[in-house]
Amino acid sequence: MLPKPMTDAEANHSNDRRKLESGEMEYMSEESVSTNIVQISCCECGLLIDPNPSNTCVNCLKSRIDITEGIQKQVVLYFCRGCERYMHSQGQWIYCALESRELLSLCLKKLKGLVKVHLVDASFVWTEPHSKRLKVKLKIQKEVFGGAILQQSFVVEYVVNNFTCDACHRREAKDFWRALVQVRQKAEHKKTFFYLEQLILKHKAAEKCVSIKAVHEGVDFFFDKKDDARKLVDFLQTVVPCRYNPSKELVSHDIHNNTYNYKHTFAVEILPICKDDIVCLPQSLSTSLANIGPLCICLRVTNYVYLIDPYTLKVAELSGQAYWRHPFRSMANCKQLTEFIVMNIELAGESETPHVYPRSEKHVLADVWLVKSSELGVNDKQIHTRTHLGHILNVGDTVLALDLATANINEFNFEKYETSSKSRIPDVIIVKKFYGDKTVRNRKRLWKLRRLDIENASQGSSANRDFIDFMEDLEEDYISRQHINIFKDKERERKESAASVDVDEVDPDAPEISLEEMLEDLTV
Amino acid sequence: MALRVQFEGNNEIGAFTRLTNSYCLLGISASSNYYSIFESELGDVIPVCATSIGGTRIVGRLCVGNRHGLLVPSITSDEELQHIRNTLPDSIEIQRIEEKFSALGNIVAANDYVALIHPDIDRETKEIIEDVLKVETFAQSVGAHLLVGSYSILNNKGGIVAPNVKIEQLNELSTLLQIPLIASTINRGSHLIGGGMVVNDYIAFCGYDTTATELHLLENIFQLKGAPIGSGEQQQQQQEETMKRENLIESLL
Repeated sequence: MLPKPMTDAEANHSNDRRKLESGEMEYMSEESVSTNIVQISCCECGLLIDPNPSNTCVNCLKSRIDITEGIQKQVVLYFCRGCERYMHSQGQWIYCALESRELLSLCLKKLKGLVKVHLVDASFVWTEPHSKRLKVKLKIQKEVFGGAILQQSFVVEYVVNNFTCDACHRREAKDFWRALVQVRQKAEHKKTFFYLEQLILKHKAAEKCVSIKAVHEGVDFFFDKKDDARKLVDFLQTVVPCRYNPSKELVSHDIHNNTYNYKHTFAVEILPICKDDIVCLPQSLSTSLANIGPLCICLRVTNYVYLIDPYTLKVAELSGQAYWRHPFRSMANCKQLTEFIVMNIELAGESETPHVYPRSEKHVLADVWLVKSSELGVNDKQIHTRTHLGHILNVGDTVLALDLATANINEFNFEKYETSSKSRIPDVIIVKKFYGDKTVRNRKRLWKLRRLDIENASQGSSANRDFIDFMEDLEEDYISRQHINIFKDKERERKESAASVDVDEVDPDAPEISLEEMLEDLTV
Repeated sequence: MALRVQFEGNNEIGAFTRLTNSYCLLGISASSNYYSIFESELGDVIPVCATSIGGTRIVGRLCVGNRHGLLVPSITSDEELQHIRNTLPDSIEIQRIEEKFSALGNIVAANDYVALIHPDIDRETKEIIEDVLKVETFAQSVGAHLLVGSYSILNNKGGIVAPNVKIEQLNELSTLLQIPLIASTINRGSHLIGGGMVVNDYIAFCGYDTTATELHLLENIFQLKGAPIGSGEQQQQQQEETMKRENLIESLL
């Protein structure tokens, strides 16, 4: 605590001392010059001192001037017990360990009046960790009386007060979210959701989510801020055909400053048609889509629903808006399909293919004769139908098709169509080719997808099967996998090389994803 | 005896006052306070003259004098000179001098026998100083300060110089002036000794901020400890009266 006037004389002294150490010869004469200044008595106490700018002795100067004046001696720091962070500035909380450099800088930042003096040194004085006190020893310098520089060290006490930070406060109050995006799809199969999940992962659209929860027929995304939720809704609108309905709930209201505290909810409804669904379009919609169908197969769902008429190869893109003008349900989903074996196939020539526009160039129209797999050898009656899959089907292949002859379909549009034009309804609608045992195919798969961390996500085997179906779809349809990230499965690769599984049961034609399309998995 | 005074709230009273053993010049103050103090202390003994020099109040810095004479700078107007002449006793020689340094109080520190002068002063001026003030002059500096009038003050018994002076120089000055000298401060540590106080052989006035220590030092060096001037007869009378009273009481008992 001793202030120390630094004067010219002292500076000379130290110079001389330095010279003495280096052993220079001029030192003596200089010493005699510098020391024989007449001592004066301190103007206050009469003590004999060397003259200095204030002509006052150290003790009197100390008693007269306090250079620490204007600097707080006790400061309050706020500490959140929930997350063990200190308040840095309004709304900003930082984590710092006791006696750390960060904490010291925080302490100095909180100290007012330090700008007027020159800070020489600062260090912590040890205090009990649980005493809620921090002590910082500061050494400061300040110029007084035109030239005299006083140096003084003093201790500032910091009182650590508890203050629950905003985040912890909200957590305590079980008030995690401000905005919610409810994504719903009333469909049997979760294919669209799986696709959406991959898109969200790729575009990091749900990065600011505080939590994601699976619910019946959908997923809830919770957000801290309305804007973040809004962003996700905008993203969903660009990637899947959907509509949304915003709403808000008043949580609290301050009449004094006219502030309202709302919880916002966006109810997003995705169009309930999945890939490989068979649909029967309503008459009006069929007409507006240039007389397609009305029996159509959904090829894929991206931001449009892509429909194909398996009898004419006519294709159509159905937008969300168009759908909700004439909503309809799917007639059958992929789970209702049965296996058939192709007994004979005849590709339709250009002349036999109906002249429709727009027509899919990727598909080939063919006449096929089928026998139900379960009735093979029992019933020789072959069922004739036409299909859009002429380009991949061969005699002996297995297909998944809807047996309209035996199916019990309750769908308004189909019933209407059935009564109006019974003769035009085929016995069987082929949806896709079947490439062999799912488990073997799954075992052979060398890639994987990342998953979102969803609370309450259904973990059962059916959910697993749905996901495997989705992966098979990705293998079969390169267009839909263009937009998502596929990662190499290192573990699988290793296992594969260790015990090369015999994969004879699988169709050698089964589509696979080439190595070029896969990304290295990033494991940190 | 030393008194603390202020000139309109200013502690630098040496700037506004020129005090010698035979007269006292004061700057013209807006209030009569300052004048009253000097008048009450000195009025019985020496003339106290309130005047301006060259239209300014800083008479202490502009003129220099002692018991024998007074030197005023060239900027002094005839009226001011006449006024001073009328007020001061005829025995005091008053002269206006042409000197490039018009602040004579800053460049000369004098008592009735010797004077310290600024080393760059004109030869003629030096001769005039010697003639009028009847002093022996020494062209010296006080420490690093050439303005000897500002940084030192003398009376016939002693003198104070500003701090930061070397022992050899203090001894040399002391030998030259034939009076004891000390290095000290005025007005709570101020170097400007000449500016902060005025002194003659029996009284000193200094700024309000002057500490007891400083006061004690200056009373010692200027030998002001004796009875206050002008009260000698009164004291004698008082002593006689008390003696009589005691005698009376004794006789009554």
